[in-house]
Amino acid sequence: MATITETKPATAVLNNDEILRYSRHLIMPEVGMEGQQKLKAARVLCIGAGGLGSPLALYLGAAGVGTLGIVDFDVVDYTNLQRQIIHTTADVGRKKLDSAAEKLKAINPFLNIRTFETKLTSENALELFREFDIIADGTDNFPTRYLVNDACVLSGKPNVYGSIFRFEGQASVFATEEGPCYRCLYPEPPPPGLVPSCAEGGVLGILPGLVGVIQATEVIKLILGTGEPLIGRLLLVDALGMKFRELRLRKNPDCPACGTHRTITKLIDYNEFCGIRGEEKPVEAGIPEMQVEELKRRLDAGDDLFVLDVREPHEYQICNIGGYLIPLGDLPKRVSELDSSREIVAHCRSGVRSGKAVGFLQQAGFKKVHNLAGGILAWADRVDPKMAKY
Amino acid sequence: MTKIHIPTPLRQYAGKQATIEIKAGTIGDALSGLISKHPDLRRHLYTDEGKLRAFVNVYLNDEDVRYLQKEATAVKDSDTISIVPSIAGGAAGLTIS
Ligand SMILES: [Zn+2]
Repeated sequence: MATITETKPATAVLNNDEILRYSRHLIMPEVGMEGQQKLKAARVLCIGAGGLGSPLALYLGAAGVGTLGIVDFDVVDYTNLQRQIIHTTADVGRKKLDSAAEKLKAINPFLNIRTFETKLTSENALELFREFDIIADGTDNFPTRYLVNDACVLSGKPNVYGSIFRFEGQASVFATEEGPCYRCLYPEPPPPGLVPSCAEGGVLGILPGLVGVIQATEVIKLILGTGEPLIGRLLLVDALGMKFRELRLRKNPDCPACGTHRTITKLIDYNEFCGIRGEEKPVEAGIPEMQVEELKRRLDAGDDLFVLDVREPHEYQICNIGGYLIPLGDLPKRVSELDSSREIVAHCRSGVRSGKAVGFLQQAGFKKVHNLAGGILAWADRVDPKMAKY
Repeated sequence: MTKIHIPTPLRQYAGKQATIEIKAGTIGDALSGLISKHPDLRRHLYTDEGKLRAFVNVYLNDEDVRYLQKEATAVKDSDTISIVPSIAGGAAGLTIS
């Protein structure tokens, strides 16, 4: 198998401190001095310093990958800490890049850490990738997934891929010369809204640990040119059943990115490709909104308002404003429980699902329905600061 | 009976089950049997034109049915069918809820 570093000489020499640090690698025939020098000479770019990026960067740094790039523009918040183990409570409010770089330097001062505080875009991706040998994709959205894939195919760099949802993960190595790319597997993204995101679906905190470490393992193997990388194989991880399954991936000869008749010869507008236009609109047009202050005032005044909570029962347990609970997915079959002559205010966590509920109720003939703008999060921010947020 | 693996994002439309057993002669049979048991799955698996969605892959054991005979691929009782949709998660982020 062709190794990644064959194209450039592994000139990195280890000093005595490094030799001591990496001794458990050096005494392994699969790594040895030659392998450790390859690691030191390697340049790996991690896209994102979040759930997958945390274990990925920590282990690659500890293992002695000489140049570690990180692209991120986010700030650490409290909801990150449950899984993004490169960041600590004291880092809340700091840039993820600063927080991550500090931890990596503390673990391994011999690293050359390169931080890029930017969104990965069609304008900057190829230029960024040029300075690296392997790209590790730890992003969280479809436009960036396709962007990373296409940029990897166009620049001939392997894409070490990992993705997670709730307690299930996927990992593979895409865009090597001989292997398939992400588009061979999934030519098109799902339309927005059909597949729930992490923020809605949630994710088991250890899962990015599992999958990120699998990605780190694949990166190291590619650098060393050893073992059997996940090229042409999709690893499915089910943490709940603790089952690992493997599916065969084929290079699709009709793939628009890496097939015989390629149509993708430059990077495109990936938001448009994924059906996302501009910023996510939280509410569809034509949905009447009510602000939390108005709801509070009218409830206090004893108005006849029916508050409908369309979240899931386990969300209701976290916090609620005493609404009548019908999860959005159950609404069609339970609509008869609602009285269309009453004024209804629907809410969810942030106002997106309840916007859909109001649209559905309007179509079902309900005339007096409102969507609570900003959902229970806005209620917690502006009406009841003691309420738990999630 | 052929076992069908339901991926996490679609379990909410399949009675929250991880696997469902269906008596079927082909992949197409198995999927239509699945949808008749759980009609909410239809729009997640098929487009309005009745085509299998491009972000949902169907595997017979470890092989993508696109490289076999697609929905006409024969299945045996001992086979396992996996529905594998694309997932994008990696951190918090894009909040399409
Ligand atoms: Zn391809």
